[in-house]
Amino acid sequence: MSVGILMLVHTAFDRAEQVARHWTKYGCPVVIHVDAGVKPRIYKRFVKALGDEPDVRFCKRHRCEWGNWGLVAAAQSAAELMLTEFPKVRHVYLSSGSCLPLRPVQELKDYLAARPRTDFIESATTADVPWTVGGLDHERFTLHFPFSWRKQRYLFDKWVDIQRFLRIKRKIPYGIVPHMGSQWWCLTRQTLSAILEDPERNTFDTYFKRVWIPDESYFQTLARLYSTNIESRSLTLSKFDFQGKPHIFYDDHLQLLRRSDCFVARKIWPRANRLYEGFLRDPEGAIKMSEPSPSKIDRIFAKAVERRTKGRTGLYMQSRFPNEGWENGMTFGRYSVFHGFAELFEDFESWLGRTTGAQVHGHVFAPERAEFADGQKVINGALSDSPKLRDYNSIAFLTNLIWNTRGERQCFQVGPRDIGTPIWFIAKDPNAQISMISGAWAIPLFKSNRNFADIRKEAARLQKLENEQLWALRSPYAKARVRIWTMAEFIEAPMEPLQAIIDEIGPGAPRRLAEAPRMTDLAGFGQFLQNLKNQGMHPYLMGDFPVDPPEAEPKKPPRKPYLVQ
Amino acid sequence: MGVWQSYRLRIRRRARLVRAIRKRRELRSIVDRTHQIKPNDLLVFSTQRNEQIRLPYFLEYYRDKGVNHFLMVDNDSTDGAMEYLAEQPDVSLWHTRHSYKKSRFGVDWLNWLQLRYGHEHWCLVVDPDEFFIYPFCDTRPITALTDWLDASSIKSFSAMLLDMYPRGPITEQPYRAGQDPLDIACWFDAGNYSMSKNPDYGNLWIQGGPRSRVFFPENPELAPALNKVPLVKWNRRYAYVSSTHMLLPRGLNQVYDEWGGEKASGLLLHTKFLDTFTAKAEEELERKQHYAASVEYLAYAKRLRDNPELWCKWSEKYINWRQLEILGLMSKGNWA
Repeated sequence: MSVGILMLVHTAFDRAEQVARHWTKYGCPVVIHVDAGVKPRIYKRFVKALGDEPDVRFCKRHRCEWGNWGLVAAAQSAAELMLTEFPKVRHVYLSSGSCLPLRPVQELKDYLAARPRTDFIESATTADVPWTVGGLDHERFTLHFPFSWRKQRYLFDKWVDIQRFLRIKRKIPYGIVPHMGSQWWCLTRQTLSAILEDPERNTFDTYFKRVWIPDESYFQTLARLYSTNIESRSLTLSKFDFQGKPHIFYDDHLQLLRRSDCFVARKIWPRANRLYEGFLRDPEGAIKMSEPSPSKIDRIFAKAVERRTKGRTGLYMQSRFPNEGWENGMTFGRYSVFHGFAELFEDFESWLGRTTGAQVHGHVFAPERAEFADGQKVINGALSDSPKLRDYNSIAFLTNLIWNTRGERQCFQVGPRDIGTPIWFIAKDPNAQISMISGAWAIPLFKSNRNFADIRKEAARLQKLENEQLWALRSPYAKARVRIWTMAEFIEAPMEPLQAIIDEIGPGAPRRLAEAPRMTDLAGFGQFLQNLKNQGMHPYLMGDFPVDPPEAEPKKPPRKPYLVQ
Repeated sequence: MGVWQSYRLRIRRRARLVRAIRKRRELRSIVDRTHQIKPNDLLVFSTQRNEQIRLPYFLEYYRDKGVNHFLMVDNDSTDGAMEYLAEQPDVSLWHTRHSYKKSRFGVDWLNWLQLRYGHEHWCLVVDPDEFFIYPFCDTRPITALTDWLDASSIKSFSAMLLDMYPRGPITEQPYRAGQDPLDIACWFDAGNYSMSKNPDYGNLWIQGGPRSRVFFPENPELAPALNKVPLVKWNRRYAYVSSTHMLLPRGLNQVYDEWGGEKASGLLLHTKFLDTFTAKAEEELERKQHYAASVEYLAYAKRLRDNPELWCKWSEKYINWRQLEILGLMSKGNWA
């Protein structure tokens, strides 16, 4: 009879009964505290159900509400009863009705017998741990908390504010240093009786009655006064989520709990039949003396909390729709936007695909349709090329495209004709790498077979639209990686910027370009621009284009693609 | 939200409730087994018309997931659905001949039943062709979810409608009673949903999926809404406003996180597109009992004549909820 179990119960009485019987079966006496809020009828039935167990006692009932003194009072009453009724008990283990022993009771007894002087209680000073939820760490010891957090939240918060404003500070009783930790502890008879029989206990009790969440600090603080050997960890596996609520274990956690080697887990869903059946049976096999290792469970729950608080980057869905600025990444990953390249180079898209291995689309925001790579009508995630569907919510279209093609770099073309482009969104997105040759929109016009009056009109329109896009890209809100060249600038030395762009796209690309894209023949382009000027439409976005190219020699055969070695 | 706005919404909610109470007269009780309902029971509310063929599997699916009682409204079925439902030991059944449209597509009837029987219960409002999927649904019953929601002080749970369709023309594989419709309609669109906020009610307005892609590429604004909040810890003061797309009070529509995180959410697998659909579409077109002058059914009927294929190269085949979670259609949130 070395370990005694205290059990705080308020619901799921059938499960509590089952667990209590399990403890007594293997020689651990149990003292049960039932919440004073439980109806007398249910309480009586519960007591009667356990009437045949000689080693089960019921202690004085207190009303327990989370964050209030009742839980400490319950533990005190139960502990006192345990110490007087079962003099052979050496360690006292505090647990709840939804705790479940994971390892054979004998293993726990052996483990504690091997450490007869050790108190297992998680206990840390407030300054050193970031556990608390809601910002009340040290203040929980220095402010008054007369209001219930659950039922009188408004008064609770206001009262905290008022005290902060008036700088009201409670005095911490002499001799104690506030410590906090998990409320599920396992203390030795020596330590526990010292706490309960302390001549100063009244002072401490009065003080802790107005501390916020005293069940996480009362025993944790006082154990520091008396214990000779504190092991600051809890033997109960109990994980909390970001709101300070305990995670719940279900049937599908069976293997995980098995492998954790923890002694007791909290809290178990009352209807997790497989867990109760699996763990509350006769031990089989050899007794292990392994240490608890909850790290795997830690990881799973840490991930869950991260998903709830940070979410998945670039995902917009029914339960994640971040406000602007809170996206934690506006899109899933990096992508490249090319402006004017497909006009200047005849085979730019296929060349880019060959060199980088990325998926290269055409103008995905073209007015006619979304020009997906290889002329597909539907692309990853069943994203349609319908222009109306796309323009109905062009930002969703873009974020979907990037999300659906996770793991594959996306490149697409943009131009002044693509009015639906969410250019501000792209400009603000740090994942976007935008390369722009301004004024390249004039090349298709130059090559077109249209009446000059129409050309002039279209040129004016495109220049205006491109100017608006430039405005977004150059704005101080732009967070994308933006490179802008005028066309004149670019064609003077095209290889250098191309190399830089390719390098940026990533490790898949070759270190040095083996092949350049084929530049379209621009003979006569200077004259074309001059003609526009003569008609009163000044194209200024392409930079300073001479009317006659400096190398005036006749270039009858179009330039061959050249190689850079 | 200003005082005026919140007052307006309160008036609107009250009006809904008054209307629901008034509309109770249209319902005639066929079998009333509601005395079987125990506190904390999980209830399903549903309206149906001529869905006999789907009902056996529907009931089986939700019974298996831990639903304790079904409260069903039969809107004048002629295919024996009413008789079938009346025989079921866990179904309470009401019958009505009145207009589905005038009861706001069944919302008024169900609002009344929920007001009367759903108070303080977790209530799931689904159609016979909708199958509720939630995180860990392969290993945990819905009650595990609702207990967790209770413990986390969450009152409503989002489940977007995910349209499922078969490969090939939809008339190709006939559906038999009792069969899992997902055996046939097991494909879905994974990533073409667009959403925006509804400033009035605070809910997300989600459109997309195969219906947008195939039936509404020319007028996407008419495509049906997919956002739904079908699972709610009901209070007699609550009211659904438009199908289960949104509720009042509007706080219940806040099922999404706005600060970058993900709340837990599920999906309603919508198995409308079986071989039964063509006949249904034509019938519904004649009855003109559906939303927005049945524009949806008009579009379907138009396209259905050439027996379209909803399936495309990029359709995903349904495996399990984890797949849907990885694709980003639903989320575990902080439930682990």
